[in-house]
Amino acid sequence: MTELEAGRAERLPVRNGAVLQRYRDVLIALIAFAVLASLPMFTGSKALLDFVIRCSAYGLFATSLNLLVGYTGLISFGHGMFFGLGAYGYGLIMQRLGVPIPVAFVATLAITAVVATVIGAICVRLKEIYFAFVTLAFQMLIHSTILSWASFTGGDQGLRGGIPRPVFLGIDLANHVHLYVASCALLILGLLAMRQIAQSPFGYTLRMIRDNAARASFLGIDVWRAKLTVFVLAALFASMGGMVMALFVSGAYPEFAYWTISGEGIFINMLGGVSTFLGPMVGTVLLLLLNDTVTRFTEYHGIVLGVVILFFALGLRKGLLDFVADWFAHRRGAGEGR
Amino acid sequence: MLEIRNLAKSFGGVKATNDVSLDFPDGSLTAVIGPNGAGKSTFFNLITGALKPDSGQVLLDGVDLAGRSPPEIVRHGIGRAFQVASIFKSLTVQETMLAAVSADQRSSAVLHKRFPLPETRDRAEHVMELLGLAGKRNRPAATLSHGDQKLLDIALALVLEPKVLLLDEPTAGMGPEERWRMIDKVRELWERERITVVFIEHDMDIVFKIAPKIVVLCYGRILATGTPDEIRSNSAVIEAYLGTEHAGAAT
Repeated sequence: MTELEAGRAERLPVRNGAVLQRYRDVLIALIAFAVLASLPMFTGSKALLDFVIRCSAYGLFATSLNLLVGYTGLISFGHGMFFGLGAYGYGLIMQRLGVPIPVAFVATLAITAVVATVIGAICVRLKEIYFAFVTLAFQMLIHSTILSWASFTGGDQGLRGGIPRPVFLGIDLANHVHLYVASCALLILGLLAMRQIAQSPFGYTLRMIRDNAARASFLGIDVWRAKLTVFVLAALFASMGGMVMALFVSGAYPEFAYWTISGEGIFINMLGGVSTFLGPMVGTVLLLLLNDTVTRFTEYHGIVLGVVILFFALGLRKGLLDFVADWFAHRRGAGEGR
Repeated sequence: MLEIRNLAKSFGGVKATNDVSLDFPDGSLTAVIGPNGAGKSTFFNLITGALKPDSGQVLLDGVDLAGRSPPEIVRHGIGRAFQVASIFKSLTVQETMLAAVSADQRSSAVLHKRFPLPETRDRAEHVMELLGLAGKRNRPAATLSHGDQKLLDIALALVLEPKVLLLDEPTAGMGPEERWRMIDKVRELWERERITVVFIEHDMDIVFKIAPKIVVLCYGRILATGTPDEIRSNSAVIEAYLGTEHAGAAT
């Protein structure tokens, strides 16, 4: 068989592959949800369930950041502002308007979309380091607005007094297990939606822009518009993460909108790796595990985390899941060679 | 037909393109030659929208495209390949082709379907086979040889089904044998696809052998246009550029 015939032989499977891949992803998501949702039946550990809820909040946030960093090559240092915006938007709507939870949820997403469109329109024109700095500047702007507008946001005290959790459709988020299952559902739905974005024609447009934006524009792609679109989409999922966090702690605090949240997002992506879709999810679990265990043993947990980050950045030169993926690719390559 | 009318562009005091007017009839094959700094690449950049001309017109089938953005100009049917292969290094050959067809079919912003879309398949397939890249479809572009990367760059321009294809030094950085293979490919493309091809080339043997029409640029101006024989015997060209070696070959 010549090389050309070998190429032709692969034609059909590739054509169907795109559709099959979608079914596979939905199946994996269903299984993952079933496993997570059944966890309360096997364990009474509130700490474990809490851990998964926090992973949901940070996982949504970190994976959405990877849409920018890994898929589009936009290194945002201010992505955390949308996490904070989600938490505050949801908390304020619930506290002040007393609407049903799904309404507050959708309204918060709508607000995030508007804010992200305005900020994105300014930022995505900028190149590399300028983009990073200006997103960071907007993050600080939102953070200081929250601090200084105390009558509305509670200032440095945050939104206190709890966020009401009225029952809707038989779901009572004041019940810990209900809250847990709802968080898992949001995580899985969010990941599935982001996976779809990453594997859509638009997802490949993002990869083209990351590799060579000038060439993409010579193929007729409106680079600015594509960047703005992904900036807004990523903001929506970050906002979703913030809402899960606000639901979990029943409040919203200025730290949710501080630049360190963006920094943690970058950390998570470095830990887990940006070349695979689930890298940031792995990074999230790693960082939260590290955080929880290290803080138990030493008050200098910052130093320990720093060393771990340096190990991944300088030692492995990639995230954990990148490493695993490369290893598998290498092994498969070696196998074919034989 | 591509008509260039009084095109001009200056950088500071340097007139990189100075009052250039040229016609490229449909289905023609033209070589653009000239010494380094003659303004060949600037000329391409002005036509494709990478640079905005100071004045002049770029008429494609009567529509003036001068000063429009690259995406707009591409959509009107002027495709281009670059001197240094401009490709997407992490995408495979096949993904590159499919994504380019998506862009051309205006489905590059589609979110709800999976890549690749079935309707992009045939065109991608056609161009990959035309350029002999089908056997390397699953190779990431970064792992291709220099020659294949140049072919992929041309394939990217070609898969958009342009009316006019501009090739900026398709043989740049290649050894003598590879050059001939590449240029045979270009000529084959031109004959099979019946599109207007304009290419920049430094190797005079190649130019005189395959190009039916040659444009000589010098200091941003047109020094001469004509068939290989006319160019070889043009005294201004010999003086400015060719030297006596090629002139001798013509007599």
